[in-house]
Amino acid sequence: MVVSAQGSSAGPDDRVGEPRPRTFAARIFQARGLTKTYRMGEVEIHALQGVDLDLYAGELVVMLGASGSGKSTLLNILGGLDTASSGSVQYRDQDLTHASDPALTQFRRDHVGFVFQFYNLIASLTAVENVAIVTDISRNPMPPEQALALVGLQPRLEHFPSQLSGGEQQRVAIARAIAKQPAVLLCDEPTGALDSKTGIQVLEALEHVNRTLETTVVIITHNAVIGEMADRVIRLRDGRVETIHTNAQRRAPGELRW
Amino acid sequence: MRALNRKLLRDLATLRGQAAAITLVIASGVMTLIIAVTTLDALSLTQQRFYADYQFADVFAELQRAPDHLAGRLVQIPGVNQVETRVQAAVRLEVPDFADPVRAQLLSIPDGRQPALNQLHLREGRLPDPARDDEVVVSDAFAEAHGLRAGAELRAIIRGRLTPLRVSGVVLSPEFVYQIAPTDLLPDYERYAILWMNRRALASSYGMEGAFNNVVLSLQAGATEAPVIDHLDRILDRYGGTGAYGRDDQPSHRFLHEELNQLRAQAVILPTVFLAVSAFLLNVVMSRIIRSQREQIAVLKAFGYRNGDMAWHYGALTGLIVALGCMLGIGLGAWAASGLAGIYMEYFRFPQISFRLQPGVVLLAVAVAAGAALLGTLNAVWRAVRLPPAQGMRPEAPARFRKGWLERSILRDGLSQPARIVLRNLTRHPVKSALSVLGIAMSVGLLVMGTYQLQAVDHLIDTQYRLVQRMDLHLTFSDPTPARVQAELRHQPGVLAVETYRTVPVRLVSGHRDYRTAILGMDEQPVLRQLLDGRQQPQRLPSEGLLLTDYLARDLGLRVGDPVRVEIQEGHRRTVEVPLVGVVDEPLGVSAYMHRPALNRLMREGPAVSGAWLVIDAGQQQALFDRLWTLAGVASIGLIGEAEANIREYMGDTVLMFALIFVLLAGSIAFAVVYNNARIAFAERARELATLQVLGYSRAQVSGILIGEILLLTLVALPVGWLFGTAFAFALNQAFSMDLFRLPFVITPRAYGTATAVVLAASVVAGLGVVRRLHRLDKISVLKAVE
Repeated sequence: MVVSAQGSSAGPDDRVGEPRPRTFAARIFQARGLTKTYRMGEVEIHALQGVDLDLYAGELVVMLGASGSGKSTLLNILGGLDTASSGSVQYRDQDLTHASDPALTQFRRDHVGFVFQFYNLIASLTAVENVAIVTDISRNPMPPEQALALVGLQPRLEHFPSQLSGGEQQRVAIARAIAKQPAVLLCDEPTGALDSKTGIQVLEALEHVNRTLETTVVIITHNAVIGEMADRVIRLRDGRVETIHTNAQRRAPGELRW
Repeated sequence: MRALNRKLLRDLATLRGQAAAITLVIASGVMTLIIAVTTLDALSLTQQRFYADYQFADVFAELQRAPDHLAGRLVQIPGVNQVETRVQAAVRLEVPDFADPVRAQLLSIPDGRQPALNQLHLREGRLPDPARDDEVVVSDAFAEAHGLRAGAELRAIIRGRLTPLRVSGVVLSPEFVYQIAPTDLLPDYERYAILWMNRRALASSYGMEGAFNNVVLSLQAGATEAPVIDHLDRILDRYGGTGAYGRDDQPSHRFLHEELNQLRAQAVILPTVFLAVSAFLLNVVMSRIIRSQREQIAVLKAFGYRNGDMAWHYGALTGLIVALGCMLGIGLGAWAASGLAGIYMEYFRFPQISFRLQPGVVLLAVAVAAGAALLGTLNAVWRAVRLPPAQGMRPEAPARFRKGWLERSILRDGLSQPARIVLRNLTRHPVKSALSVLGIAMSVGLLVMGTYQLQAVDHLIDTQYRLVQRMDLHLTFSDPTPARVQAELRHQPGVLAVETYRTVPVRLVSGHRDYRTAILGMDEQPVLRQLLDGRQQPQRLPSEGLLLTDYLARDLGLRVGDPVRVEIQEGHRRTVEVPLVGVVDEPLGVSAYMHRPALNRLMREGPAVSGAWLVIDAGQQQALFDRLWTLAGVASIGLIGEAEANIREYMGDTVLMFALIFVLLAGSIAFAVVYNNARIAFAERARELATLQVLGYSRAQVSGILIGEILLLTLVALPVGWLFGTAFAFALNQAFSMDLFRLPFVITPRAYGTATAVVLAASVVAGLGVVRRLHRLDKISVLKAVE
């Protein structure tokens, strides 16, 4: 089904009878009427112009859209990195719309993992230390070594970012994001800076995390092929949700080609 | 927070060049503070203890002769606690194996025991045996200069009689912490001695039996000095008293006091300058670090690090730099201060110096340094904390540039694109550019000031010994002598020129201010002892009226034409009014001058002189000395060359050492400021510069942009720095104006030139350093990475 209509109140019941590879027990995010306007230098940007969206526990969602469609802004608001100009966002029972800065910090600390296009590793820390910097402040983290093992980087624990390839750096970033065992993993163009072969390794790592840890994974990309590995594909255009498509079957990242 | 702490240490390691530069500047500030405060503390503490333990007197008076029983009346003066009467005699000494003339002050102590006031600290030996007439104790500096130990023998000429003396001990006195002969400006331990002898022995050889010619008093707690002095003067008047004075006019105390005041000024000025510069540098560097770590901060916040964590993290980075600077500064400061205390011990003779590094001083230094650092970094850290994570993640918006007025007006057509980049970069951040200019200018200013200090001292000594004092020998007579002695002296072996003078001790009074000095009566146009005007030209003495050292005239609030009240402190003590007819510009000492016949008239005497200045043939010096000693009435012979050597040594030990340290420190500041600016300019432009290279600009052109920016800032800073330097030098000139010496306010082009050269050199070295980095820059990776 397509959950897109403005103002519709999507819920688990809406999905009754849908063909799905897996069932999603609970809705974890609910966004309604989100808008976001910000200034960039001397230009005013309307990044979001009324977005309604729901995300469910354990699903893998791919968000597609051209550059400037509002994908990153939406992700930032869901992740508590940014606040909307208007509209509302709810995470489980928590209202993020009017949350204070400390509350948002706590929310991110407890529930959200981020993966960025340019990895954003701290150059002065080794792979395992880059993960430790998150586990140091988490409530129930896995050991950094285990997180790196999950993304296949066990042999590179003590390497500095400058000693790692782009794909390896991105996998460290994923390990860093999952080490705290977050409910949701938000990935902004995780393969954007990588060649296709390395990109697929990264996607495999994300898929592996989604499957084994049942973490909700949201991947932002402008590469439509990646949509084939998702449970649902959400297309954004000019700051609005254009379509939401549910895949009958998820394809393994290894089968993707671009 | 282990991983975050590791990042902290690694960040510090990456920044080591810049961090080291800032650490050094902080260390300099802390060091100067520790040195000044610790030395100040050591000297005042030592002084207080010595004064208290050895009963330093409060009031001092000299007179011609009064009967011993007068002491009973003196102790009745309200406010007086104790009275110690003494016999004092100015004598000539002969030291075995030492050819030069030696002057000595011989003071009595009660037979075989310590006096009640101005007690002696025995460093070696014992007090003179009451049963022996020939035993003396000698001042330790004099003993040290000649290697005299207990048992050594000397000969003194007391009232023209050669008297053999035996040294029984070596002592220190609170009265002579700074030991200086009456007409000298600096101690000369080889040629000036203080000796103490049993009262009975001295009185009998000096013709003072049953009488005294010197008295010191101590005051009761809470008593004021002025009424006691007045009362004492009234009593001593008929006994030829020359005017009692308090500690403020006691030469040793006065010099010590001046020194402490100088240290007090130093304790404020120098650390302030250094710590202000380090605050500025920390601000520049921390702002830059935080800007370059925008995304890291955003990522850390995205993962749930709190604002407090971020503030702590960057605060700790500053804290580490400050802590390193403080440790280094405290270590160096304590080391230098204890070294300096040693130098002070050479000039101020204390039993031991009570040197201590007080926790309070260390705390003060750390607090001041931390305060400066806090001021410097607060803003930058605050920005890091406030940065919303989502905004940090977005690339920074292209900075807003505009064409500045400079470009729109004068330089409309003539600029190349790289020149435009340089100009716009600088005008885009006017505050930052201004601060950079200020920082560089500050170091230029410090360098100008340091060089000024070095040159001013040289200039001072040259003026004094090439223009003012042009004699080789300075004779003093024990009593006023008829002026015809000049002809007699002229015919002595090796004497090339002679001028005589009359000197009379006076107290000059103007309003509520007064000053004790002497009037020097000289020939109309003295050649061997010149009086300079404001343009350093010798001036003539008018036949009437008084000339004063301009510093003294200012100090007394007198202008040319004003009447000066002169209280004559010799012979029949009278008070007269003499008009001030001119001022004399001289760098050392303060004095009053008159035409000698006018002074003789003032004294109601015939043509009498008190001393003479001689130019001699150096080859016949020894023969001349032998002759001079046989002449009756010659009380002392001073060697001007020795005095010059002494003063150069003293200046070398203290002022020059300070100035040299200063030039080094200022040079390091210059380098730190320019280097930090260059590194930051490079870091901020790396992407832009790489892009230009990819677009086909040559390395030289691209380097030009970087160097151009550094150079432009430096060039703008130079004239500002010259102004600062002139102002600093003026402030220093004011701070160092005192009775003892006054630094001339002469800044040579060389001072400006040296400062300019050092800063330009620092800019070039810093520039080359970053150009080297530019050459190693991996253009592709810089372009690929987000900023």
